[in-house]
Amino acid sequence: MAETRTPLLSVQHLCKEFPVESGVFGKRFSKKSVHAVNDVSFDIYPGQTFGLVGESGCGKSTTGRCIMRLSKPTSGKVLFEGKDVATMSKKELKEMRRNMQFIFQDPYASLNPRMTISEIVSEPLIIHGVMNDAGEREKYVRELLDMVGLNPEHINRYPHEFSGGQRQRVGIARAFALKPKLIICDEPVSALDVSIQAQVLNLLNDLQKETGTAYLFIAHDLSVVQHISDNIGVMYLGNMMEYADWQKLYDEPYHPYTQSLLSAVPVPDPDIQTTRKRIILAGDPPSPIDAPSGCCFHTRCPMACAKCEAERPEFKEVAPGHFCACHFAAPNPIKESSIEL
Amino acid sequence: MSEETKNDLEQANDELTAPASPKATKPAEARTLWRDAWKRLKKNKLAMVAIVWIIFIVLVALTADLWAPQWLGDPTAADSTTMTANSRLAPSLEHPFGTDTLGRDVLCRVIYGARVSLAVGLLATAISTAIGLVMGAVAAYYGGIWDTIVMRLADIFMAFPYTLFVIAMIAVLGNGIQNVFIAIGLLGWPSIARVFRSAILSVKESDYVDAARAMGASDLRIIARHIFPNSVASIVVYATMSIGGAILTESSLSFLGMGVVPPDPSWGNLISDGQTYLATQPWLMIMPGLAILSTVLAFTLLGDGLRDALDVKMKDA
Repeated sequence: MAETRTPLLSVQHLCKEFPVESGVFGKRFSKKSVHAVNDVSFDIYPGQTFGLVGESGCGKSTTGRCIMRLSKPTSGKVLFEGKDVATMSKKELKEMRRNMQFIFQDPYASLNPRMTISEIVSEPLIIHGVMNDAGEREKYVRELLDMVGLNPEHINRYPHEFSGGQRQRVGIARAFALKPKLIICDEPVSALDVSIQAQVLNLLNDLQKETGTAYLFIAHDLSVVQHISDNIGVMYLGNMMEYADWQKLYDEPYHPYTQSLLSAVPVPDPDIQTTRKRIILAGDPPSPIDAPSGCCFHTRCPMACAKCEAERPEFKEVAPGHFCACHFAAPNPIKESSIEL
Repeated sequence: MSEETKNDLEQANDELTAPASPKATKPAEARTLWRDAWKRLKKNKLAMVAIVWIIFIVLVALTADLWAPQWLGDPTAADSTTMTANSRLAPSLEHPFGTDTLGRDVLCRVIYGARVSLAVGLLATAISTAIGLVMGAVAAYYGGIWDTIVMRLADIFMAFPYTLFVIAMIAVLGNGIQNVFIAIGLLGWPSIARVFRSAILSVKESDYVDAARAMGASDLRIIARHIFPNSVASIVVYATMSIGGAILTESSLSFLGMGVVPPDPSWGNLISDGQTYLATQPWLMIMPGLAILSTVLAFTLLGDGLRDALDVKMKDA
């Protein structure tokens, strides 16, 4: 894209299909598959945040898992510091995982209920053989807990003794323990209350300023992504629909899907909320097993015509640094919907 | 950050510090899964009574040779000279549980019967748990065709009428206590395998296992630190409860004359011997019956207590 720096992470034409198991003979005789991620490309630069937005089931989390190699991509490349994640040896993979960490969506499920906070946060240190002295490690864990706003005295407690927001802080402390270059945040705040969301987002922002870590920030809520991202990608049904830096995307969304998403973001002012224009999409997202022909959004798009049904729009640069996959890409500002958090 | 969120944060921090402050002076004791579980178990009165009872029975059974024959007489041999005089005496100070037809002390026979019952309960459960753990782990880890093979095999085993199958096995292997171990042990594995398999499967898919994998943890570490501690609790509970089940099965087999061969006593054949005299000398049947009841109940209560104690989410001190 426009930048000349080398990207920390480069995702190129990533595809991930899941075979559909059906019938007595299972997947071996089944030809159908779910295209969870379909030709997705983006770059993340050091110290920056890339926001990935889309409704549930559109492949955002699968993209994150493919990058981390928790799932194997069907095709396409994930380059981390220039090396392909899919073909890494065990040793390289371990080194990569030292520099790339994951924050999970559900803070209740992502912490082992039988380990204390101290064991959880120090586990990455032990795995990678950093700080082998137990006393030194405990001191560092206390510092980490303090850094994420938890009381270091609680080092010997279990996850179930904490609230959701506190647990997410534990997850964040764990992710930062190895001082990684990139953290994949898979909807880290969607399971939390709104007030706690703001706290956690602010914490992530502050930590980024302190450590210079890059984020891949996955969310289904545009207002959350806006708050934290430098660049934003909008996904629908496994496809990347629009990609731009956040200011451009919010000021001048080109894709009808982005426009409708922005128009759906609630506005705290009731006068604006009742009078502003809303683009309401009809129907549900189609099943990714039988993805629509042509443009995958044509079944719900207010602008769809015969061309959209027949021809898949190219993902092309519509303005400098602004990419969009639509035959009728045109700016359509939905300004009043942007929220100041 | 808005004023409101700041307040929330402060409040949250207050909540964090408040309950910890009285404990803060005490040096933090290292907490482990088993130490915490024991702490919680100690608070469960029923489970503690059960443990005391089980320890008592085990001690009595283990040390019986040292004192029981001297006090209560030989549990197996019948003395023809005193037989008629001592036959089926009511419970007294000299014979607390009374005597049987051949003049043998029932308490003594119940004590020696405990050896058989406990041995069967523990060994048969050990056999079935060992097989079940391996089978369940294979099914859950390797999945696919192995899962299908192991679980269909388990279904087949479960479809057999249990008691009849054990009887058939003993008919083939011959009477004798070691064959009772083998028969009960071989048949008990499918349920253990199922419990362990589902426990592993649910843990395997959990986010924290993904988290460990994303951290770069080795398979061995994931199994030892994440999968095993989170799936073993259900097995401990299930195995404890199935000890009671194995004791019951042995009793039924002995009752039917398939297990322990007379004159060796077992709780099952004591009841079998006593049933003829239920109307006139009921203690012959009631005493061994109470022994079975209390022991099986103790293992079940202990299992219940363990289930609560091993659940980290239960409130503790």
